[in-house]
Amino acid sequence: MSHQELQAVFAGFGGQGVLFAGKVVAYAGLIEGREVSWLPSYGPEMRGGTANCSVTLSDDPIGSPLIAHPNVLVAMNQPSFDKFAPELAEGGIVVYDDALITPGSELPGAFGIPATSLAEQAGLDGLMNMVLVGNVWARAPFCSRETLDEAVGKCVSTARAHLIEKNKEAIALGIEAAHGA
Amino acid sequence: MTEKTLMKGNEAIAEAALRAGCRNFFGYPITPQTELAAYMSRKLPKLGGTYLQAESEVAAINMLYGAAAAGVRAMTSSSSPGISLKTEGISYMAGADLPGVIVNVQRGGPGLGSIQPSQSDYFQATRAMGHGDFYLPVLAPSTVQEMADLTYVAFDVADRYRTPVVILADGMLGQMMEPVVMPEALDPADLPEKPWATCGHEGKRAHTIVNSLHLDPQALHDENVQRFERYERIKQDETRVETYLTEDADIVIAAFGAAARIARSAVNAAREEGIRAGLIRPITLWPYPAEAFCACSARAFITVELNMGQMIEDVRLAVEGAAPVSFFGRCGGVIPTPDEVLEEIRTTAEGLV
Repeated sequence: MSHQELQAVFAGFGGQGVLFAGKVVAYAGLIEGREVSWLPSYGPEMRGGTANCSVTLSDDPIGSPLIAHPNVLVAMNQPSFDKFAPELAEGGIVVYDDALITPGSELPGAFGIPATSLAEQAGLDGLMNMVLVGNVWARAPFCSRETLDEAVGKCVSTARAHLIEKNKEAIALGIEAAHGA
Repeated sequence: MTEKTLMKGNEAIAEAALRAGCRNFFGYPITPQTELAAYMSRKLPKLGGTYLQAESEVAAINMLYGAAAAGVRAMTSSSSPGISLKTEGISYMAGADLPGVIVNVQRGGPGLGSIQPSQSDYFQATRAMGHGDFYLPVLAPSTVQEMADLTYVAFDVADRYRTPVVILADGMLGQMMEPVVMPEALDPADLPEKPWATCGHEGKRAHTIVNSLHLDPQALHDENVQRFERYERIKQDETRVETYLTEDADIVIAAFGAAARIARSAVNAAREEGIRAGLIRPITLWPYPAEAFCACSARAFITVELNMGQMIEDVRLAVEGAAPVSFFGRCGGVIPTPDEVLEEIRTTAEGLV
């Protein structure tokens, strides 16, 4: 298990599950007893515009929760990709939906997968965010596999408990897509 | 619930207030503190408490005055422009010696400003939360855990010294989630009695009066002098500060709240480069932990703030000219990066050689 500090940015449109995806990763850190911070963008930008959150998992107390140079970026729309990909830390990776995003130039560490259609084909509409989480975990594991599933359980409210399994399936899909690539 | 959970800072304040025995909350929505009021609106009715969304901030602070006068633990919260509206009522509470907790989740100013994080109300909180001759304890959390812990402290300090207490947070701390362990829940019935409270006595004792009007100058003079004697006890017993790597530091940064987190990252980076940097983080902004500055032998101080330079005045008063004090800050909701602060440390370090 990697104990490097994770500095992840999740970014896309409001409604794509950007903040939720970040929350699952934050809970994974909490379950494994690490220092955790989750900082959302808030304000007018969330109304139909872009939304993002910064998630840090660390073994040391976390200073600034705002991430300037992420080592992991999960991008769900073009403006987010264009904004954050150039800020990536050295050796960092970007995972994105290649139906929604076209990288302007060759970027080492950028991995596009058809997250939306993978989710839809499996009957997991609206869970492309979790497909991307699974995918990014497979490429840069930030917790154990069991923890990742457990974190989903912590983030889904009891009223929506039926969605827990679907979220886990979406994560598994994303992991599979990384291994196939 | 001693389990560690992820919570937003705004919600952590609300939950900690409930656990401190607060059963009365008066609010008015404003970004970025609204989650606090929303949390209270969900929880308080189930606890037999009162959540009331007032018609304005002015109404909310006067409801706090009334609840406090009746002897119960009560809270109001807002963000910068809303706090300005509350200051008249806060002055009345200070004049009537009423305990109550006021939360300011700051945003950029002046005016309506922005809705992004800021520390631009330092002067207001520490110098002039309304007219008249008074101070009030100001607690500045820097983590979500502290949002909870200091809320608990705020109610105790308010009751112990019969004073309003301010929690000065900001949009970053209010909106972010971190793991938090909640303090034990108190039963409001177990809280110490307040014999001065105007809560009805069925004619069994002389009636109590809560009031801030004194037409006799000598009476007002004496009231104020007595209150300042209490302030001396607060200074002695309630000053809080965290020092980090200051013992051998050539350069000490002074920063509070969210800015202190950014400064701490910069201090760590400076140490890796061999620059002996440290951090003084005032947790109470009033009373100000001036002694912490006297105790270190830094050759230069830098204050890092999310404003145009306000706390720097207290740092200069504490340092008393013993070393240069410079300022680095961003305002309006712009958050400086640790790299920018590190650059400031480097420049200062070069000046020392």
